[in-house]
Amino acid sequence: MGQRTPLYDLHVALGAKMVDFGGWDMPLHYGSQVEEHHQVRSDCGVFDVSHMTVVDVTGVQAGEYLRRVLANDVARLTELGQALYSVMLNAEGGVIDDLIVYRTASGYRLVVNAATRDKDLAWLQAQAEGFAVELTERRDLAMLAVQGPHARERCAELVTPPRAALIRELKPFHGLAEGEWFIARTGYTGEDGLEIMLPAAEAPGFLNDLVGAGIAPAGLGARDTLRLEAGLNLYGQDMSETVTPMAANLAWTIAWQPAERDFIGRGALEAQRAGGGAETKLVGLVLEERGVLRAHQVVRVAGLGEGEITSGSFSPTLGKSIALARVPAGTGERAEVEIRGKWYPVRVVKANFVRHGKALI
Amino acid sequence: MSNTPAELRYAASHEWARLEEDGSVTVGITDHAQEALGDVVYVELPEVGKALAAGEQAGVVESVKAASDIYAPVAGTVIAVNEALADAPEAVNAAPYEAWFYRLQPANAAELAQLLDAAAYQASCDA
Repeated sequence: MGQRTPLYDLHVALGAKMVDFGGWDMPLHYGSQVEEHHQVRSDCGVFDVSHMTVVDVTGVQAGEYLRRVLANDVARLTELGQALYSVMLNAEGGVIDDLIVYRTASGYRLVVNAATRDKDLAWLQAQAEGFAVELTERRDLAMLAVQGPHARERCAELVTPPRAALIRELKPFHGLAEGEWFIARTGYTGEDGLEIMLPAAEAPGFLNDLVGAGIAPAGLGARDTLRLEAGLNLYGQDMSETVTPMAANLAWTIAWQPAERDFIGRGALEAQRAGGGAETKLVGLVLEERGVLRAHQVVRVAGLGEGEITSGSFSPTLGKSIALARVPAGTGERAEVEIRGKWYPVRVVKANFVRHGKALI
Repeated sequence: MSNTPAELRYAASHEWARLEEDGSVTVGITDHAQEALGDVVYVELPEVGKALAAGEQAGVVESVKAASDIYAPVAGTVIAVNEALADAPEAVNAAPYEAWFYRLQPANAAELAQLLDAAAYQASCDA
């Protein structure tokens, strides 16, 4: 038996097919993954993401510490409630994890992946030496992601007036506390929506209210196809400790300025940049024929060599198969993918297929 | 609880087989199989005229989750495939015993008797 979130019993009662995900028993779907995917794109759906790791960083040197540990710069978070997406690198410039950091009243709040919890906490703790900071893991919190074009208005109808007001006013990529809840306008689907952290004991009641109001519960399966369509990387598949952010389509998350900020991994990234950049890049692939692209299938680029699909699936929104793939840096608009011994032509596109319900390719 | 019609025969690899009046055998995948696969998004069918041995790979069914091989429950020659599945693979989830994959002219119709009956198949799924 894996670890369970406070919502486990409710998932089972809602008919979820439970699977192991990074040591957690999580809902894969509640009947149809594709249906849940469409619900999120067209209306809204709710995901239990309580398995994710929440860490509060406090202390007088919290900012200084995070400016060392993260490749993006928390000095950009000048106002309470602002959020930032960042990677955390090792000294070689490899990605230890990706995360969201929020500026809070007491310091900062990090949300890191579930499967990487142990190594992340060990790394964060090891780097904290010499800094006046305190790291507090918030196992007392559950987290629900309510995502979709109608997510905010539907949620606002079900919460207290001050929370409803906050939900209506919250700007994209901001998060603020309201009482014991922390409400953020962030997500992993390419749609508008919220990620709500709340005391574990309150989570089943709130999920019940959401589902009771007709908001479809959605599982990890839909979460994966939604994030793939949105071109959002999944740690462990599309990036890892052996890949730099430049080779993971995440160069935009590196804050090079100010030049004197010595974040971990900076030297390695600068060396790679000075050496002509990464040898590979992460791109999107679209299969025009019938079939399904899958992780680890081989990609062939004429004249340049081979690459590999890092994430692939059927895109419910586009009705065809799409993928993220790591390919030689010089790859143009065409490539081929081997599926069961046969080579299929694919279109190479920017890794961003669907945003706000609209096809981008 | 998955549906396992008593009038069909089953392979442990989760295909159902139905003996038609003309002596041909229609093959599809079971309710248990479609449920385990999740939403089916693509089906690769054998070519008409292909001779298959019992247990030989006959095609592939892909769901959002994974790709799975489908096998020939008995030996025979493919005489028809369900082209409608190309445009509506989701029919496999909606009606697994109507959304047939292909039809075989069996080499030896007696082989059908060696397949599992509904109770034995159900038991193999529950094991």
